Amino acid sequence: MRISISHTISYAYAEPARHITQILRLTPRDHDGQHVMAWRIEPTIDGRLQAGQDAYGNIIHRFSADGPITEMAIQVNGLIETVDLAGVVRGAVERVPPDVFRRDTMMTMPGSELRSFVGAATSGADTPLGKMHALMEALHETMTCVPADQRTGIGAAAAFEARAGIAQDLAHVFMAGARHLGLPARYVSGYVAHAAALPQAAGAHAWAEIYLENYGWIGFDCANGLCPIDTHVRVAIGLDYGDAAPVRGARKGGQGENLAVRVTATEAGARASNQ
Amino acid sequence: MAAFDEMTGSGAELRPAYEALDRWLKDAPPDMLALRRSQAELFFRRIGITFAVYGDEESTERLIPFDIIPRVLTKPEWTRLEQGLRQRVTALNMFLADVYGPKECLKAGIIPPDLVYRNACYQLEMVDFQVPHGIYCHIAGIDIVRVDADTFYVLEDNARTPSGVSYMMENREVMLRLFPELFAMHRVAPVDNYPDQLLATLRSVAPRTSAADPTICLLTPGQYNSAFYEHSFLADKLGVELVEGSDLLVRDDVVYMRTTQGPKRVDVIYRRIDDDFIDPLVFRSDSVLGVPGLIGAYKAGNVTLANAVGTGVADDKAVYSYMPEIVRFFTGEEPILKNVPTFRCREPEANAYVLDNLDKLVVKEVNGSGGYGMLVGPHANKAQIEAFRRKLIAHPDGFIAQPTLALSTCPTFVASGVAPRHVDLRPYVLSGANGISCVPGGLTRVALQEGSLVVNSSQGGGTKDTWILDA
Amino acid sequence: MPDFSYGGTQDLAAGAQRLVSKRPDLTMLSRTADSLYWVSRYVERAEYLARILDATTRLTNLPSAYGGAGTEWHSAVLTAGCEEAFAKAYGEANERNVCDFLSFSPDNPSSIRNCLALARSNARAVRTALTSEMWDALNGAWLELQRFEKKRMDREEFARFLDWVKNVSLVFDGSAYRTMLRDDGYWFSRLGVYIERADNTARILDVKYHVLLPDTEQVGGSLDYFQWTTVLREVSALTAYHWVYREAVKPLLIADLLILNRRMPRSLAACYENISRFLDLLGDAYGRQGPAQRQARKTLASLSNTQIETIFEGGLHEFISDFITENNRLGGTIIDQYLQ
Repeated sequence: MRISISHTISYAYAEPARHITQILRLTPRDHDGQHVMAWRIEPTIDGRLQAGQDAYGNIIHRFSADGPITEMAIQVNGLIETVDLAGVVRGAVERVPPDVFRRDTMMTMPGSELRSFVGAATSGADTPLGKMHALMEALHETMTCVPADQRTGIGAAAAFEARAGIAQDLAHVFMAGARHLGLPARYVSGYVAHAAALPQAAGAHAWAEIYLENYGWIGFDCANGLCPIDTHVRVAIGLDYGDAAPVRGARKGGQGENLAVRVTATEAGARASNQ
Repeated sequence: MAAFDEMTGSGAELRPAYEALDRWLKDAPPDMLALRRSQAELFFRRIGITFAVYGDEESTERLIPFDIIPRVLTKPEWTRLEQGLRQRVTALNMFLADVYGPKECLKAGIIPPDLVYRNACYQLEMVDFQVPHGIYCHIAGIDIVRVDADTFYVLEDNARTPSGVSYMMENREVMLRLFPELFAMHRVAPVDNYPDQLLATLRSVAPRTSAADPTICLLTPGQYNSAFYEHSFLADKLGVELVEGSDLLVRDDVVYMRTTQGPKRVDVIYRRIDDDFIDPLVFRSDSVLGVPGLIGAYKAGNVTLANAVGTGVADDKAVYSYMPEIVRFFTGEEPILKNVPTFRCREPEANAYVLDNLDKLVVKEVNGSGGYGMLVGPHANKAQIEAFRRKLIAHPDGFIAQPTLALSTCPTFVASGVAPRHVDLRPYVLSGANGISCVPGGLTRVALQEGSLVVNSSQGGGTKDTWILDA
Repeated sequence: MPDFSYGGTQDLAAGAQRLVSKRPDLTMLSRTADSLYWVSRYVERAEYLARILDATTRLTNLPSAYGGAGTEWHSAVLTAGCEEAFAKAYGEANERNVCDFLSFSPDNPSSIRNCLALARSNARAVRTALTSEMWDALNGAWLELQRFEKKRMDREEFARFLDWVKNVSLVFDGSAYRTMLRDDGYWFSRLGVYIERADNTARILDVKYHVLLPDTEQVGGSLDYFQWTTVLREVSALTAYHWVYREAVKPLLIADLLILNRRMPRSLAACYENISRFLDLLGDAYGRQGPAQRQARKTLASLSNTQIETIFEGGLHEFISDFITENNRLGGTIIDQYLQ
């Protein structure tokens, strides 16, 4: 599928910011499942934009600008060609050994309730792959994927307790379960294009990847209840959201920040629509 | 189990290093020790009060008790210790360079890779990054305990931001003021050149791009940190600015201090902030103590952080148990300083032994295993032991176990008079491009409660001056 | 402690040595300069509050025939510049409320208590930039203050408290004067003193300007006399007045003394003479002049080139309001230029 992506992150400040520094993880890399045809990152104000890579091999841009800044935006536009590999990640840049992804982080600490849920949900399966599919299906059934304004708590334990969360939370819950079973699990931030097969709306998205002996990394998307297909665009990975976040920033001054995000991810050629 | 006493050995003899001190203690008028102790306390209270530890609603800090009877080691004892410390710190630095670089020790099977990779202190940002001058752990504090006349064990390596060196220096200062006559009777190796050595170490590791006279600063979490007194003490003695995160800014991968004359470039940062808080763009995003962009500047080679980021992987308790192998692998030598015998519970056979002997062992959690705490078998009740047994069975990877040690004792002035109390020793080892240095002695910590083995200041431990006799 | 010395002189020597090794090019952290500046401002403000309370107490102690309209306590709140916070916390301006609010109230960001607390916490953050004498003065004051806070005070005890506050300021100021190295750290601390002092003097004049206007009804009456002397007492200038003018107390001369007379250490002119001097020292040492220097010189020049009669003609109130605005603006400029 050829997917056209447009992502705008806008900031407005009640009091002008004197300086802004950001690390952007907004650029996908090629692997067997996707090929980047065109990609541009453009801040709307003057500043210094430097490309690089982080510890995971994600492409990062470091952006810094001096104020006074009352409003600014980062605009991303790109075109990418994807193929359906049933979630298997091949040919990607791998910098970090799988064992690293067995670490628990604050976001992926399971509570006792989640631990017993994982045990029950996966007891019927006898292979790790089977257990992961069983866990994905059980979580997809049990948890509701909600819009950001209905989010109740951050972190796997809190989201599971609420049986609801945004896609990020569902990914963390799934990762917490996989790590609890001793499997390496990592966070993926990316985009998903609209398709009839997907219950979730198109736009920015997040899911998990699990490392399985003999298979390598395989994606699991609890929010949609399936392994990523050609609708999914992988952008950045990490131990949890914090490592893969599209934007991490700091500023001097700039009290009263107002953030607005607008994303479209549509099949190229189709008419763009605002979800 | 009778502990080795540093003054009287097994109890009957008088060890030579303590002869003069013993005579002096016997001649001292009974109320003199008490008087001097109260003077020492006044001195500490004053410098403590100077730093507003006292009378502060928001601070729970107290004075750390100081014992006026020094702990004495002979030159040969120290020489041997120092050799062992140099060897150990050399190995720690080589280990760090290896796990963040070629990973030979993992390939050779010296240490299980997952102990490194799963460790939260193993900082991925540091992988394949060449730290300035190849040194990671510029300042190490190695905790040493003694069990008999010849045997010293390393109890713990502190490779992140070891504290306490200001007490080593202030203890000597107050002893010199209060007991000039004792110093006349002994030739004690000085410790007051520590700041000079630290400064030389920090200067030696400045980035190669920096000016001939590099600018150094000490980065503190701020005045509410429990070690703030030490931070300001060291900055003052080093003659460098004491900065907080908000005093630094990064532009185009260069770090600057905000000064009254505008931004001034910084080359070396002696940082007393943990990795997690040092740069909110890379580590904890909720940190207000750090400097956004600092890691970018570090990785661009424009600033040196001392200690380097990610040294915590070397002082993890699980890695500790492999230190003898690590020393052998990297230095090709037999370790001079022994490890406390350690059971790695991740090894089934060891764990089986530990489970059978929980009432005799000390069980400690390793890093990153999430707040399960510590079990001191001989002092624990049945329920505590059973609770730990369940944890050990569920998460054997998360623990190590050690026998309870008979730490050596030293004469200490307590309420009942002069009596033996258990001690340890933390020497400070500096590693720079100019080599390794180690001020003779270190900080002796003493468990003031009779029979107690806990020397931590947070649990009623005190400190002593540590004398290395220079003849 | 018979044979034990604290070695205060050693501390000084250590400080001097530090300067040589640490700052050959005379640079200091903006945060350090900022804290030094605010330590001085807060100590100065605490003293000023004590003076207002002291003078107001005297005025209200007079038999009512000599006294005013009973608005003295309200006037004290206005002079302290915190009427809004006061109205929120208390409402009625009587002796007890005002004394409590200006002295100990945690709800008043500028109470004496909070000024001393802020001075101390600023000092603590830059402990090594102060001399031990300055630190001891502030820290001792903070510990002592807690003893005062716990007491129930009668008027006599409260008067002792106010004297004590003035004394803290004297000791701190004297310690700074006698022990600080004469470099940028000292200059920033002095700037804090004089910007605050100019603000305080101007505030007194702003609240009392109507008292000083020549055309009020019972000119020369006992009421006016006590109001005027209260103004002078608030700035510790009653004796100075007689020495300078050798005349009965007159409003015009009071204004002259407090605004234009450079011999009077709290006058606006004297404050700006100092502000300009210390800014020039900074500019010379750093090799760069900036907007703060220019602004201070301009204000000093206008204070030098005017007569008190001219000020009255143009409106005392307008003059003072403008001055307060300009003085605040200079404070902001100093912060922008050096302290952040």
